[in-house]
Amino acid sequence: MSVLLEVRNLETFYGAIMAIRGVSLEVRKGQVVTVLGANGAGKTTLLKTISGIMDPEKGKIVFDGEEIQGKEPHHIVRRGIVQVPEGREVFPVLTVEENLALGAYTRSDKAEVARDRDLVFTYFPILAERRQQEAGTLSGGQQQMLAIGRGLMLRPKIMLLDEPSLGLSPLLTQEIFTILRRLNKDVGMTMMLVEQNAAVALDLADHGYVMELGRIVMSDTAEKLAASEDIQSFYLGHANEGARGERRWKKRKTWR
Amino acid sequence: MEFMQLLLSGLANGCVYGLVALGFVLIYKATEAVNFAQGDFMMLGAFVMLGLVNPQYMGMNFWLAVPIALLIMGALGYLLDLTVLRHMFGQNQTAIVILTIALGFVIRFVTGAIWGHEPVNLHSPLALGDIRAFGVVLSLADIAVIIVTVIMTMLLWQFFQRTKLGLAMQAASQNQMAAYYMGIPVKRVQGAVWALAGMVACVAGILYASKGSLDISAGFIGIKAFAAAVIGGFGSLPGALMGGLIVGVIEPFAARYLPPGYSQIAPYALLILVLIFRPHGLFAQVRTKKV
Repeated sequence: MSVLLEVRNLETFYGAIMAIRGVSLEVRKGQVVTVLGANGAGKTTLLKTISGIMDPEKGKIVFDGEEIQGKEPHHIVRRGIVQVPEGREVFPVLTVEENLALGAYTRSDKAEVARDRDLVFTYFPILAERRQQEAGTLSGGQQQMLAIGRGLMLRPKIMLLDEPSLGLSPLLTQEIFTILRRLNKDVGMTMMLVEQNAAVALDLADHGYVMELGRIVMSDTAEKLAASEDIQSFYLGHANEGARGERRWKKRKTWR
Repeated sequence: MEFMQLLLSGLANGCVYGLVALGFVLIYKATEAVNFAQGDFMMLGAFVMLGLVNPQYMGMNFWLAVPIALLIMGALGYLLDLTVLRHMFGQNQTAIVILTIALGFVIRFVTGAIWGHEPVNLHSPLALGDIRAFGVVLSLADIAVIIVTVIMTMLLWQFFQRTKLGLAMQAASQNQMAAYYMGIPVKRVQGAVWALAGMVACVAGILYASKGSLDISAGFIGIKAFAAAVIGGFGSLPGALMGGLIVGVIEPFAARYLPPGYSQIAPYALLILVLIFRPHGLFAQVRTKKV
């Protein structure tokens, strides 16, 4: 499979703070790639730099054979990159239908847009029921579904998902991830998924990266990452038991 | 009957306040900046119209001049955003407030330099005289103002509901970050909002000038309109119009039934009451964000 998105030696600053310190990664067509990491690791900044909300200081972002770093967000969206932002970010006083229509803002093929809206409604039937309701009155899970559906309306080549599980119950998280899996299998949607919930993310993803303090510290297939001791103890929360059946010290991460 | 008389003339004044307040709210919602020059925009719109229509200037047909004046004011709003306000992006709110106040001064004096400082009258077919019916004397201008405002409101409503640009304006004002994520060229949309505010101000100016004489201090009704916008709930378009109508209606009633001098205070007294008891305004659209 060909490489759809490639990030090379990316460096991004928040004022004087270097949030991304030389990140390189790649996403192949049809793949789900996850980026794991704790708060403040720079995951969201990475996504914002890819979608053009923030400009990188150094490095390259190559999408579909074209360099897109530092371009305006609306140019990048037109090329087929859509970000489903952290915390939903729906338009609160617009209806579900209007929110979806805005997802297709850059498209002008009305018939196709209508078909895609029906497709979104088959993935998220609850949105069809609430189509005339204001998005701000939906529950958190429904808003997340709306945010994903709104992203699909672009008919993107890649979706950048920023913490879709944030603030959702385990059951709703499962539901959302089941739908993401279906999207990947049915239409071959390429996804880059940023998550703190490593268990669900690695379950869905083909490949994973671990970010810490603005750097990529691990990169492997999702199965190998899920099996690795570092990930198990620091991101999956498996306690390692010592010889006496209790934990007596904190383990050090192997990459330090 | 006296009641009807006061109500109708109040409503006509209120429509002008409401339209200026609408301009305030449009820009505030889209860019989170308050344009204190909005009243002077209105005044300038009226003078541009006067320059096109009055015989000593260009002497154009009134109805032909309306779209031209709207276009000029729309272009001016857009250019002002493009050349001045866009460069203030990310600056302190206070800086933008001071900038727009200064813009108001500039507009006032440039207008004075071009059209003079004396009160003048717009040759408007709307200012035709009075009609008498059911014991009420109404100037045609007042009725025209009310009708035009109703039409204008419906057009704006349709624009926001039906057009892609209108929807994009709403989106950019409700959640700017998400608008960027949707590929909406937010800065260009904000420019379009300034253009729209310029046009609304122009309509308000034409109506204002049709009701009476015009001079360069006409822009000071912007202060009353600002109070109206706050009363209605800053950030709500229907609220701005309603606030304008309330302020407009209060004035003649206060002038009639309260001791002299109180009518000037009345709108601001109401403003203070609203700020104390309903700080978000009477018709606010406030939604808390769910996590």
